[in-house]
Amino acid sequence: MAKITRRKFIKDVAVGSAAVAGAMAAPGVVRKAYAQKPNLSVAMWNHWIPGATDVQRAVMEEWGKKNKVDVRLDFIGPSATEMLTVASAEYRAGTGHDLMVLTTFDGAFFMDKLEPLNDVVDYVQGKYGKYDDNATYLSCIDGKWNTLPAPTGSHSYPMVTRIDMWREYAGIDVVDIFPPDVRKRDPKKVDAYTYDVFLEACKKVKAAGHMFAGAISECSDADDWVCPLFMSFGSFPVDKKGNITIESDATLEALEYMKELTEYMPKEIYGWDDASNNRWIISGRGSAIQNPPSAWGVAARTRPDVAAQLWHHDTPRGPKGRYRGCLWMNWGLWSFSKNKKVAKELLMYLSESAQQWKLISAAKGYDMPQLKPMYAHPVWEEIGPPKGGQYNYMFRGDEVPVVGGYPAHPTIGAQIYRKFLIPVMAAKVTTGEMTPKEAMKWCARELKEVIE
Amino acid sequence: MAISASTVNRRRSPTLLSRLRSRRYAAYWMVLPLVLMVIGLVVYPFFYSIFLSFENKKETKFVGVRNYERLIRYGTFWLVVGNSFRFTLTAVFFKASLGLALALILNNLPFRGQRVWRGVSLIPWVMPLALSSLGWWWIFEPTHSAVNWIFVQFGITPKPWLSDPNWARVSTIVTNIWFGTPFFMIMYLAGLKSIPQSLYEAAEIDGAGATQRFRYVTLPMLRKLIAITMMFSTIVTFANFDIVRILTRGGPRYTTHLFGTYAFNIGIETGHLPRGAAIALFMFPVLGLAAFFILRNIARGEE
Repeated sequence: MAKITRRKFIKDVAVGSAAVAGAMAAPGVVRKAYAQKPNLSVAMWNHWIPGATDVQRAVMEEWGKKNKVDVRLDFIGPSATEMLTVASAEYRAGTGHDLMVLTTFDGAFFMDKLEPLNDVVDYVQGKYGKYDDNATYLSCIDGKWNTLPAPTGSHSYPMVTRIDMWREYAGIDVVDIFPPDVRKRDPKKVDAYTYDVFLEACKKVKAAGHMFAGAISECSDADDWVCPLFMSFGSFPVDKKGNITIESDATLEALEYMKELTEYMPKEIYGWDDASNNRWIISGRGSAIQNPPSAWGVAARTRPDVAAQLWHHDTPRGPKGRYRGCLWMNWGLWSFSKNKKVAKELLMYLSESAQQWKLISAAKGYDMPQLKPMYAHPVWEEIGPPKGGQYNYMFRGDEVPVVGGYPAHPTIGAQIYRKFLIPVMAAKVTTGEMTPKEAMKWCARELKEVIE
Repeated sequence: MAISASTVNRRRSPTLLSRLRSRRYAAYWMVLPLVLMVIGLVVYPFFYSIFLSFENKKETKFVGVRNYERLIRYGTFWLVVGNSFRFTLTAVFFKASLGLALALILNNLPFRGQRVWRGVSLIPWVMPLALSSLGWWWIFEPTHSAVNWIFVQFGITPKPWLSDPNWARVSTIVTNIWFGTPFFMIMYLAGLKSIPQSLYEAAEIDGAGATQRFRYVTLPMLRKLIAITMMFSTIVTFANFDIVRILTRGGPRYTTHLFGTYAFNIGIETGHLPRGAAIALFMFPVLGLAAFFILRNIARGEE
């Protein structure tokens, strides 16, 4: 056997490595030469509804197959913080997915690295009419559509009321006021459902041991019911021009109202998280909360007796209108993407009613479309029991869809929302830590920090 | 063996490559990956965050110390500073005291039983903190707290663990103590094992009781260890994130926010990364000073 010298060994290893590397690279070259298939990497929302993610995947893959695009999917979340962290990392690095589902305010955060989607929006709006005002507020800044509103994961915070308890203890029949057919609504009854009536009812259900409850803490659910309540009284923290408007009679009135309302709410609400109100109603202790149908969804699995009594309906009317909190999700296309054309084609495809229909069905009614024609989907009428209990989860009446922080510029609105300024201000008053005037001053100082 | 003149002539002076290959440099090669990792994941981000903290919100303009100035004039920031100090000082004090007590108890157990108890008491420390915080959240949950359920069974008034500022602070501190005490215990136990038995025997002959033996033998012998563990724990506790994020998210009314959670809220959640970096960097001089004084004390003790 020939002696192996060190020099010969190194030479042989080098030749061998080159051969292996060549062999490994060859299929790639061949594949490239054959396919020339564009690829698209997409980060999607990992839906919490069982089976919804599979439908999302199927819809995307079907499009990829039809259009000969290699669609690579990653599912992120369902935690909004996780999605925000991934999006922040990709934004800073200037690399990552082509298309990404972004949470409510992210379009404003990342707008300088988001491709304008005006052409996609024109196509969609041309076919299905205008997006709702809340979607436009979040996605379109100074005429540039930074994101495309997406139904997947979008949800709102209607009242969720125990039909039996409110009938028995408060003498209010929410099914009668908000029937599962908008044509059968009696405008007088709807109009009479005000925050004053609601307060009286809360007093009665508390006396019966089944309180209304909602978080007044550092969680998103707190923003989603407290901020719209303040807006119903005419209290907005910052106007469109960036002026701080929190110190107003309207805020004072809303704070006084909150002070009284919390008398009839459990004291634990100051430490609640996003799931606490769900547990409250599912446990049978509570008689009303404000939430998307996720509480109903869990109750249907664990407490069908409770689920069968849950009615989703409009929020009470305040002196300045009826507002409901909404968290819209959005599609964002990074400007550093190399596949913008195919990405836009995919977005148009996803916005077609056939696809939206499939996605809405898969989410069992949880996802809310931002285009009125999609409200015709039968899921909200059919899902139950109680049948029609989610019909009014869609905006059927005079409610205004809003997000905490509106109408300030979305970059400012995001800070108001994510610092939970309005719920914290309310908590300072309702716990006796501050007087309403002191709390307004505190909030104005915080807002100054946010704006400057 | 004699070396011929021709062999000597053939010897060349070592090249740079052969020098680097020599055993002398092997250690450097081996630590190089670690050094590169530390540079990439610690040194670079540290200096980058300093740079970042001098920028405006959009990171387009150098604004000097403006972010720091704004924080100093901002009431909520001082609330966070107070929270952080309260949280750290209380938690470290209790962790050190309980750790020492546990170590003394374990040290006096028979050897076989000691191994079992040592293993059991390390469980809180080896469990991922996020996971154990979730367990504690279940215990303190505002509406369906497991502790409150037990309280009710014994006729005790339930406590607002996470919905009242003071109780929420207690809850986060208790969770931190539960997690961190085993670290102190194991360090002190190792220290106790290294104290020569002869010192105790001598003290006993001199008529020292248990308290005096603890005061004049155990404590002085553990002094250096106590200082180092406290310094290490202070740094880790001050920078805590998981417990507050999981239990209270900084609430109620910002009263449990620490530097880490508040920096995350401002930097990532509200998109002001430079200000978030400035908040996080406020920890640095505080921890630097703590480390300096503790290490100086140790050095003086050695002198």
